[in-house]
Amino acid sequence: MKMTKLAALATATMLGGLPAFAEGVKVGMITTLSGGGAGLGIDARDGFLLAVKMAGRDDLEVVVEDDQRKPEIAVQLADKMIQSEKVDVLTGIIWSNLAMAVVPAAVAQDKFYLSVNAAPSALAGKGCHPNYFSVAYQNDNLHEAAGAYLASAGYKKPFILAPNYPAGKDSLTGFKRFYEGELAGEIYTKLGQTDYAAEIAQIRASGADSVFFFLPGGMGISFMKQYADSGVDLPVVGPAFSFDQGILGAVGKAALGVKNTSQWNKDIDNAANSAFVAGFQAEYGRLPSLYASQGYDTANLLISAMDKADIKDAAAFREALKSADFASVRGKFSFADNNHPVQDIYVREVIMEGDVITNKIVGTAMEDRANAYVDMCKM
Amino acid sequence: MSAILLVEQILNGLQSGVMLFLMAAGLTLVFGVMGLINLAHGSLYMVGAFAAASIAAATGSFVLALVAALAAAAVAGALIELIVIRRLYARDHLDQVLATFALILILSEGTRWMFGSFPLYLDVPSWLSGPISLPGGIQYPLYRLAIIVAGLAVAAGLFLLISRTRLGIRIRAGEADREMIAALGVDISKLYTMVFALGAALAGLAGALVGAIQSVQVGMGEPVLILAFVVVVIGGIGSIKGAFVGALLVGLTDTLGGVLLPQLFALFLDPSAAATVGASLASMAIYILMAVVLVLRPSGLFGERA
Repeated sequence: MKMTKLAALATATMLGGLPAFAEGVKVGMITTLSGGGAGLGIDARDGFLLAVKMAGRDDLEVVVEDDQRKPEIAVQLADKMIQSEKVDVLTGIIWSNLAMAVVPAAVAQDKFYLSVNAAPSALAGKGCHPNYFSVAYQNDNLHEAAGAYLASAGYKKPFILAPNYPAGKDSLTGFKRFYEGELAGEIYTKLGQTDYAAEIAQIRASGADSVFFFLPGGMGISFMKQYADSGVDLPVVGPAFSFDQGILGAVGKAALGVKNTSQWNKDIDNAANSAFVAGFQAEYGRLPSLYASQGYDTANLLISAMDKADIKDAAAFREALKSADFASVRGKFSFADNNHPVQDIYVREVIMEGDVITNKIVGTAMEDRANAYVDMCKM
Repeated sequence: MSAILLVEQILNGLQSGVMLFLMAAGLTLVFGVMGLINLAHGSLYMVGAFAAASIAAATGSFVLALVAALAAAAVAGALIELIVIRRLYARDHLDQVLATFALILILSEGTRWMFGSFPLYLDVPSWLSGPISLPGGIQYPLYRLAIIVAGLAVAAGLFLLISRTRLGIRIRAGEADREMIAALGVDISKLYTMVFALGAALAGLAGALVGAIQSVQVGMGEPVLILAFVVVVIGGIGSIKGAFVGALLVGLTDTLGGVLLPQLFALFLDPSAAATVGASLASMAIYILMAVVLVLRPSGLFGERA
């Protein structure tokens, strides 16, 4: 009995020592699956896994963990993934503060990081790294596009507001980079603030002709509902973060008519996008948001690089990633010198489609937009 | 800053104060009568909002949704009291904090398991939506006015309950001397369950009313809970009157501070810096208020315990 047990243990140890995926790629996905902002991480994960499933590859393994939107947990998970799970590629982080905690250490340990969402300016400029790729955008892009759209649409006195934290400040800076006219007012609200009665009253009193806001997640839901009820009838523009499919369900008709800027929408007309939207709805029973499209594109970028190079040859794999030779749901896609996308940013309007509230593209705000930090990156 | 804007901001402060009062009243009752720190109060607020959202989606009636919020939160409160809280009365405050914190996590994950991770839809009913014109040419959202009225009605109802009914007498006696009323034959366990359920129902009502103009999502109760604790500390533990005055003070300070402080700084700083500094100070304003009150009146404005 004892000998058999010993033999079984020895065999198990030997088998366990063999690498499970001799030439494959192991991906560690750290994303937000619980807490207030979970919808974004869940969408990004679902998009990523859908692409992996549709590609049908057996040499790609994905480990998914929940960072609970806490930087210290994200750092622990990254350490665990690099040291004990031995992943080759990390991805998945939604929030810029978590990205700042995880990415520099990860790329310094020679791992690749493909960002499905967070793309802070610090990592696009001075903190750029050859192993770090942002597949979604650079954080400022959607705000820049909103500024460009407001300027070109002839608005002269917008009232702008964002929460008082790094992404909020980046948002208004990006907006003002492309809208250089007069502002009726500029407010930084509290992060997590839910009651905007005071700010709406100020908008009413300011003589503004339009409103631009960046209030991600629950903050945006609260603001839109209160704004719609207040009788202040000025046109609203914002980045897609407050008007994605997950949020529109909670805001309802209060959001109709709002213009928002995004690098993706479900009605972009190409084969990859149609397959993605149909596949997502079939697999998960809901419409995808832009976060899902970003997860999907990230997985497909990775798969395209795996087709061209071996992960063990870091230089070749890096080149393969940089060449971005995959069918993006956004249509044309390429990387700028600092590994952030060059792409068109569209203007969408929130409309009622049957009995579903969703977005429809009504124009293009910026064409072939890279980002403002290319020159600061010395790669 | 025009008079109209000032009046509108004062109304906003009152509305936020009145909602805080609903939260703080339950919290202060539970602490005053049962000597228990209940961190799960914010989760009861969330339960009320979720119950209202689901009933509103199922029946389309906002009134039914409010009733459902009251009932669901009261039932949840009673259940929590019977199963968990009952074992904590004799324990140290730290044990109570630990246990009720665990309840927060359980209720949050339970809600996510039942309703999913995306925010729920709850909207203001059409007969309460849109702005109303007040004398003086002020446009104010009708729903917020309704909240102020509802909150004041609840405050009046609570006052009558506490001062004019038998239950109220027992509650006040329980706050004064717990052991004595038990010795006098009052069924303490039933009283405690009723007080806890009452506090929970108030929180659930607040959650439903506020959920219609904000977002109904997991974790929505925690920021309000922190503010409610600030109100309870300012107003004095166990005092409903203190909770009312404290809540209005906090609501007004928060709202008016957020508006007036940036303008104050705009007098001698450039707009962007004034906005940032003003916003940062405004978020500290209520805690500075709490510190000042504690320095001048350590047991709160209407607190009785030394």
